[in-house]
Amino acid sequence: MAAYLLRRLIQSALILLGVSFITFFLLYVLPADPVRQIAGRSATAQTVENIREQLGLDKPFVVQYARYMGGLLQGDMGRSYLQKTQVAELIWSRLPATLLLMAGAIFCELVLGLTMGIIAALWRGRSIDQTLMVTSFITVSAPQFVVSLLLLYIFAVKLGWFPIGGYGTFAHLVLPAVTLGILGSGWYSRMMRSSMIDVLRADYIRTARAKGLTRARIILRHALPNAILPVIAMIGIDIGIFMGGIVVVESVFGWPGIGQLAWQAIQRVDIPIIMGVTLVSACAIVLGNLLADLIAPLIDPRIRLR
Amino acid sequence: MKKLLASTAVMLALALPGVAQDYTPDPAAKPGGSITITYKDDVATLDPAIGYDWQNWSMIKSLFDGLMDYTPGTTDLRPGLAESYEISEDGLIYTFKLRAGVKFHNGREMTAEDVKYSLDRVTNPETQSPGAGFFGAIAGFENAGPGGLSGVEVVDPLTVKITLSRPDATFLHVMALNFASVVPKEAVDEAGADFGKKPVGTGAYKLAEWTLGQRLVFEKNADYWRPGVPFLDSIVFEVGQEPVVALLRLQNGEVDLPGDGIPPAKFQEVMGDPAQAARVVQGGQLQTGYITLNVTIPPLDKVEVRKAINMAINKERITQIINGRAIPANQPLPPSMPGYTKDYAGYPYDPEGAKKLLADAGLADGFETELYVMNTDPNPRIAQAIQQDLAAIGIKANIQNLAQANVIEAGGAGTAPMIWSGGMAWIADFPDPSNFYGPILGCAGAGEGGWNWSKFCDPALDAKAVEADSMFDPAKSADRLKLWSDIYMGVMEQAPWVPVFNEERYTMKSERMGGEDALYVDPVSIPVNYDYVWVKQ
Repeated sequence: MAAYLLRRLIQSALILLGVSFITFFLLYVLPADPVRQIAGRSATAQTVENIREQLGLDKPFVVQYARYMGGLLQGDMGRSYLQKTQVAELIWSRLPATLLLMAGAIFCELVLGLTMGIIAALWRGRSIDQTLMVTSFITVSAPQFVVSLLLLYIFAVKLGWFPIGGYGTFAHLVLPAVTLGILGSGWYSRMMRSSMIDVLRADYIRTARAKGLTRARIILRHALPNAILPVIAMIGIDIGIFMGGIVVVESVFGWPGIGQLAWQAIQRVDIPIIMGVTLVSACAIVLGNLLADLIAPLIDPRIRLR
Repeated sequence: MKKLLASTAVMLALALPGVAQDYTPDPAAKPGGSITITYKDDVATLDPAIGYDWQNWSMIKSLFDGLMDYTPGTTDLRPGLAESYEISEDGLIYTFKLRAGVKFHNGREMTAEDVKYSLDRVTNPETQSPGAGFFGAIAGFENAGPGGLSGVEVVDPLTVKITLSRPDATFLHVMALNFASVVPKEAVDEAGADFGKKPVGTGAYKLAEWTLGQRLVFEKNADYWRPGVPFLDSIVFEVGQEPVVALLRLQNGEVDLPGDGIPPAKFQEVMGDPAQAARVVQGGQLQTGYITLNVTIPPLDKVEVRKAINMAINKERITQIINGRAIPANQPLPPSMPGYTKDYAGYPYDPEGAKKLLADAGLADGFETELYVMNTDPNPRIAQAIQQDLAAIGIKANIQNLAQANVIEAGGAGTAPMIWSGGMAWIADFPDPSNFYGPILGCAGAGEGGWNWSKFCDPALDAKAVEADSMFDPAKSADRLKLWSDIYMGVMEQAPWVPVFNEERYTMKSERMGGEDALYVDPVSIPVNYDYVWVKQ
């Protein structure tokens, strides 16, 4: 177990190193000059060159990358080019909101997705199955902006059940989390359905049925724990997606998450922020996957970590 | 009728340039209360040496003061922290007498040393100020560094003498820019690079709270040196909000002013409802949207071709794309800018005439070119309209739909034959005609990386521009504006641009907001002049 963990951690570190290199390289070759963004439209050529020099952006790629990584290893993510604020502070200040929305969204996705998936699998081929699968298809392909605004308009503006956007209380969390839950539930319901169908065909289910166990007990005790495994792997991936930020939902609901920070940084070629957010979300993906792999044997003892 | 009144007021104010009467705030104004303003984008910085976007520009104006200022709602200069000033006969020495007893938010009195420190700081390369170049006329600018500017001298605690290396008619405007704001050294030293998050100035408001990514709260500066203002106790800025949602919240009474304006999708609905339309203030803006024609890339190097393109564009139709929130333009300067040429007819919309000009240039069969455009709405739609207009005279323009930074890069590098400027350029930094020339039409901006995307450079016009800007004597102001008008007419003769439209501003406010309309379309403070507005309840 310890050896497995060590190996996975080393692998993770290598992956993150690769991500940092590729992102930094892409930002370097991008045909957009961060110095122009800092210097603004009225800057003289002299101002532009001076800023380039101050930030070390006149140095070769290797030197710039080495400098960045050197700082990073000492825990310094640098300062934003445009805001001049510490990147760590900018990300840190948005982390609570991001994590909260992620937890709320995954909870809603699971409740909706698993319920739909299980029902569809149990009544496979019936009209309820078809209806649910069409629904899940619609939700995964629905435009975020439209769904968010629709829910906001109905439940916050018209009915007044929830505040019109913002952050701070549980009531603020409900709508964005439900929106993301609806949008993401389709993936889970489809996966749950197919996984459940496979399990229901398995021999041990037939045995359980032959033993005369109740239908509820078969499903909850025998089928569900086995069918849920691939879903857990999917949560790991989901965490990464949410950590990268959900720009549209965040901005409709005025949710101060990482997505808006990343989006604005990309618009303005604010490299330290882009690097910071990319690495934080890459970390989350890697850790999320690792966590999913570590949880799997707890649910299914047949899985061994080697 | 309301619209008409609002724009007439603006015109009247502009008709009297330089008459800086002391401004009388709304007599009905009541002190107290708080307002809420929303923005989609986070506020980048409140450091006056760094902040350079339209969102933080007006915020910084309310936190800081410079030696000069503008009469609210107008483009007229008035003294700020300077009580008075004198200009030497050769126009090279400006002596500013400071107001006594002005206090920074930290309680210390502002002195001439602070003025010098602030100008030294903004021009010091280490500060990385995007506005450093504005101070190029101050003696010693070339050697600016940690040692400071040799041209700025402290005569006594309330007198500053600034020596220029060349006469600069725009110098008082430069001293009214946010970049010239006076900051206290001890607060800058203490906050270091975080001064932009912990601003300390002499302005009407002070920063009370900044929760990153969520909100900022400005609090009234009770010791403000201008008597009677500001009226509001506090202003809350909520960031990260979609404009459509901000409008819904305004309709619900939660927001007083959506900082990003009325979203295009909602414009007809708002203006169609008399109750809501009554709360919208319309006014001019010192902005021009234009197409640059790169004079170094054939066949755009031929003036006939550039004129033909000028005649091919249906500007009326393009203004309709943005809900009519603009007026068609025929010259670089916007109508509310001093120096605008009123009796100039511009190039007519005449596709047949344009085809003839192309044929004269030996391009009867047209040609293929590229049109660069920033990829946010409504710019791609405008580019499509331009593309269709060009197709009508046989020019096939392929649209390059890119992120802002990439378009700016291509424009600066000179690789883009045509660029639609929307979303990027040009809004005046200060209300003077010279601001529409140097960086975007002059030779200085035509170099690698400059914002003169046409790469247009006419040394004769440049010489005239230098002459105009050396006419510092206020008595010669009319002659100077005439010269600027001639310069822009000279530009139009060579047609490096297609001026397309001048955006109009539509500021929507809540029922309870008071103050004259001009404050809501203040040419310098967008969206509103925070110091003079008030609330009814």
